[in-house]
Amino acid sequence: MIRSITQQKSEEEILRLLEGLGRVFIIGCGTCVTLTHTGGEPEVEAMKERLSDKGKLITGGVVLPVACDNLTGDALSKYGQQIAQADVLFIMTCAFGVQTVARQLKKLVVPALDTLFIGKETALGQFDEICLQCGACILGETGGICPVTSCHKGLVNGPCGGTNNGKCEIDSAKDCAWTLIYNRLKDLGTLDAMRRFQQPRNHQGEPKPGKLVISAS
Amino acid sequence: MVSSFKKALESGKFVVTSEVAPPKGTNLEKMVHHIELLKDKVDAINITDHQSSVMRFPSLGGALLIKEMGGEPILQMTCRDRNRLALQADLLFASSRGIHNVLCLTGDSVLLGDHKEAKSVFDLDSSQLLAAIRRLERGKDLAGNDLDGGISFCAGAIVTPEANPLEPQLIKFEKKIEAGTEFIQTQAVYDLDRFKQFMDYARQFPAKILAGIILLTSAPMARFMNKNVAGVNVPQEPIDEMASAPKGRAIEKGIEIAGRMIMRIQEERMCDGVHIMAIGREELVPDIMAAARLV
Ligand code: SF4
Ligand code: SF4
Repeated sequence: MIRSITQQKSEEEILRLLEGLGRVFIIGCGTCVTLTHTGGEPEVEAMKERLSDKGKLITGGVVLPVACDNLTGDALSKYGQQIAQADVLFIMTCAFGVQTVARQLKKLVVPALDTLFIGKETALGQFDEICLQCGACILGETGGICPVTSCHKGLVNGPCGGTNNGKCEIDSAKDCAWTLIYNRLKDLGTLDAMRRFQQPRNHQGEPKPGKLVISAS
Repeated sequence: MVSSFKKALESGKFVVTSEVAPPKGTNLEKMVHHIELLKDKVDAINITDHQSSVMRFPSLGGALLIKEMGGEPILQMTCRDRNRLALQADLLFASSRGIHNVLCLTGDSVLLGDHKEAKSVFDLDSSQLLAAIRRLERGKDLAGNDLDGGISFCAGAIVTPEANPLEPQLIKFEKKIEAGTEFIQTQAVYDLDRFKQFMDYARQFPAKILAGIILLTSAPMARFMNKNVAGVNVPQEPIDEMASAPKGRAIEKGIEIAGRMIMRIQEERMCDGVHIMAIGREELVPDIMAAARLV
């Protein structure tokens, strides 16, 4: 399942963002951020305590089932009074949740988390970024492993000179995508796909911001 | 316009290149001094492009300076900092100013340098940059539009003969050859028997190969490279040799080792020449060449 992978902002940044905002309503989410322990029930409770210690008044808090859902506004209406009393909605969801709340409520929002990437849980407690939604998919030529995402430099013609014992030059904990792709294509007996010269990529497959309208015909 | 470096490559002589690094700032004195020392001794001088992703005076400016001083520059260009518009524009400029050698590199990650929060580009990769040069030479830009006034380059690239795993690196190497590279500078080699094995493979291709020689300055430096530089393997023997040098004489030992390696490469005709790097100690390159009896 696609997951939004998040990390809590530093205390320093949180306090800077909340400066002058004394009354705080906290929103968590029961989906991705619960999985990554960044905005589930326990984290929201802990944040209430932390912010109270820093002199904030917590007007209330809730962990929504799916914060990025279009019904989030309705789900929050139950807390109308607590929200009305707050100076700010402090949101412990991914940026999709933050923006969903911001669209539906006329209220200042402050994110508690940084959204790192849209990824997948590849092993227990391990999350990997595997697709950047580039709009020009080349998985068919790379054995189903995405170099645009998995190679730090997004190279499509093979490894750079920094590849080191199968690891990436930026971090020995990260695999070199091109070692993975090579091994995979070799296993499949399709190394010729790697020998084919890839032309410069179309980086405007879907110009930012992406938008798709399906006509009802 | 055939560059003198290209002529040297084609002449069949044992080609020697070296490199200088632009300064961090506008004080060009040291770079000028290094160019002065090298320009009449080597066949061409590489000028590095924000080496290790550290922001510096541009390689294009350095190449121009080499040219103005009567030397033969090899402009290093990485794909890290410029998109295809900027890369093509810089090639047009270089060619218009008499810079006719270019070395195409992917470029290190910005995370390895001193501007770690910078946006990295990699719009093209090194093989695509090579192909772009060949296309510009045919009078068309990457969008297929005609150029008013052409360019001409002797274009090169790099290879790491001791990359691990090696096969993916060789596939990329062959793509660079296909894209039209005329010469290849290798990552530093120290184990010449292994380098010979690489050359047994590489000789089938039309590109000229220059073996990378990096001056060892101390035993710890050699160990550091083994640990931290991808694809560099300094065998135990030269490390021991460096360690055995009397205090304060390690550099001399390093020069002796580099000179000996170059001599052997030349005597056995292992490849077409050498690219000598004395990172930060460029003034020692003439001594290395003397130790190799090249001057
Ligand atoms: S090439 Fe990679 S980033 Fe682009 S759509 Fe395919 S998987 Fe996603
Ligand atoms: S080491 Fe591998 S994954 Fe990392 S940038 Fe180079 S080719 Fe890409």
